[in-house]
Amino acid sequence: MRVSLFITCLSDVFFPGVGQSVVEVLERHGAEVDFPQDQTCCGQPAYNSGYHKEARETAKHMVNVFAGSEYVVSPSGSCVAMLRHYYPELLRDEPDWAEKARDLAGKTYEFSEFLIRIMKVEQVDASLCANATYHHSCHMSRGLGIKEEPTSLLSQVKGLNMEELPYCQDCCGFGGTFATKMSTISEAMVDEKVKHIEATGANVLIGSDMGCLMNIGGRLRRTGKDIQVMHVAEVLARGGEK
Amino acid sequence: MSVQPLEFFGRVDKALIDEQLRKAVPFTQDRLRDGRFQAANELGNVEEWRNLAAQIRMHTIENLDSYLEQLTDNVVQNGGHVHFASTAEDAVAHVLRITKENNARSIIKSKSMVSEEIHLNKHLESEGLRVIESDLGEYIIQLAGETPSHLIAPAIHKTRAQVAELFSDVAGRPLSDETTELCQFAREELRREFLEADIGISGCNFAVAESGSVVLISNEGNARLTTTLPKVHIAIMGMERLVPTWEELDIVVSMLTRSATGQKISVYMTAMSGPRRPQDIDGPEEFHLIVLDNGRSDILGTAYQEVLKCIRCGACLNVCPVYRHIGGHAYGGVYSGPIGAVLTPLLEGYEEWKELPFASSLCGACTEVCPVKIPLHDLLIEHRKDEVERGHASWQEKLAFKGFGYLTTHSSLYDKAVRAGHMATGWLATDDVIEKGPGPLAGWTSVRDLPRPAKQSFREWWKKEKEGGTHGN
Repeated sequence: MRVSLFITCLSDVFFPGVGQSVVEVLERHGAEVDFPQDQTCCGQPAYNSGYHKEARETAKHMVNVFAGSEYVVSPSGSCVAMLRHYYPELLRDEPDWAEKARDLAGKTYEFSEFLIRIMKVEQVDASLCANATYHHSCHMSRGLGIKEEPTSLLSQVKGLNMEELPYCQDCCGFGGTFATKMSTISEAMVDEKVKHIEATGANVLIGSDMGCLMNIGGRLRRTGKDIQVMHVAEVLARGGEK
Repeated sequence: MSVQPLEFFGRVDKALIDEQLRKAVPFTQDRLRDGRFQAANELGNVEEWRNLAAQIRMHTIENLDSYLEQLTDNVVQNGGHVHFASTAEDAVAHVLRITKENNARSIIKSKSMVSEEIHLNKHLESEGLRVIESDLGEYIIQLAGETPSHLIAPAIHKTRAQVAELFSDVAGRPLSDETTELCQFAREELRREFLEADIGISGCNFAVAESGSVVLISNEGNARLTTTLPKVHIAIMGMERLVPTWEELDIVVSMLTRSATGQKISVYMTAMSGPRRPQDIDGPEEFHLIVLDNGRSDILGTAYQEVLKCIRCGACLNVCPVYRHIGGHAYGGVYSGPIGAVLTPLLEGYEEWKELPFASSLCGACTEVCPVKIPLHDLLIEHRKDEVERGHASWQEKLAFKGFGYLTTHSSLYDKAVRAGHMATGWLATDDVIEKGPGPLAGWTSVRDLPRPAKQSFREWWKKEKEGGTHGN
């Protein structure tokens, strides 16, 4: 099974360890991973800010980059939602491009979704001694309907105790440019999220979108809270056979 | 109100430091949202219900002209009068004319968001008329001199203690903050007003085209008193608030009450088909239906058309994390929350309301619960697109996204930019963390730390560790 990694701009620039973990876990379970070097960003910042002309060109670029891929896998529910739902929508008035966009949408998967639904992974072979809780990112849980996959994978990690996060359906306040444009509202939202995370007693917060984790993690650090943030892939890469 | 003393960010700041609001809004929001959640679970097949309700609403919107005509014919046949109002001013003029024709001096109202939309009370009072709101929440905010901050719970931002204070002023004696005592007081005050009112004004949850009926949903019984005791009843409806037949009414009312409060059905559901008939023991002698357009027909046929499906249940407010922290007044318009952020700029333009479509993290909680499946967060994105295309964005932002567009379509340049990230941010970072960023980063770092771009980006790692190996492409 050949898998093209769509790293996402945030993981590429800020969190390369997430990408390395994705590669390690996919390879451990038998996938052959490639990384099309011409990939850029999914274009969501432009799309969500109203710059649809720009987002459309970015979408076409990405459609071309992954044209030859068998599967495309990404460690972000939000970026996958962009490719899966909004590329075909953005390109709907150009039938050839719309067709290509639908093709990409059909073969693109979020990381944990891919492990469970396509690779049928049953044993994760990972261990992490920690009290943790899981943040359901909005675009992944609502946009893609992926809720069980990451938590069922995490439930198999040896030594990992998962606590239920209260108000887990609520947004963390990231929202892309929302976090900077409406920073005071975003602050109130992330503070409530932090309060709920603390209430679980967890020392690790696990998520599937580095946007949310960068927001929550940045607020945890700013307010001096000793809680570590990790991507699901980083947890699954722990303790596996090298 | 449309004229706000503060601009958007000022209103937001005011809300965020309002400790009472920050306690009261999440408290009631939780109760309403849990109620809806349980009601949806009890239904079991809530998605089928949503699909059905959405189809009914869409069908009605797409055939609005013929259903409005049928409604009008039936209201007239029942002995009522129908007045079309293209604008808020027209609607106010109709009401004022009816009050003059009846020599009315005092008016009792049941809760109506459309009457808020046309700022009816202000106009009536300036004509010297006495206007009393009879819905408990509306009565509270009328005493406070405020506007509703929620579609169905207008005083959601007030704590019980604040209500006790307002009521004590009216009573001229201290009242406790016990709910029973406060309700009893309001009941006594309002009963007198009901008996003295010359005209009752209500909104209209739904009009039924096939019978010319106006249906009101309430929990306090005040709507029934408003529409039966005074000699004249005026109902004001948004032109899209109708259903073809009683069969469709059953579905949309079921969705309205479940989505709003989690109730299978409200305590009262009142249907009125015209004025009192000779054999009736009560009811108004005159019935007027004012049908308000006020920008709605301009939305028909546009990308925003689905917003007209709205049945004003408030479910989107009850799950919105932004509304949760800033409440309704910060939005500034009559309609708040996600639906207000979509609707207000449509009714009143971007000039005054350009921030509203951005007052959302696009989490999609609103879209998920909407009983008539309005794609609320996608319509907010549509607004953002229209704002950019109509030149409401700053030149700095336009330039930045032009740059973004160029960079993300030119791989080698993008590659260089990613590789340069770490070096370029050396001057900003301490221990690989940026605590105070310049320009557009300032909004981020005012609240949270930003990691410095990694020393070795993923693509560099890949090139070094994997390229040329068995997995290269």
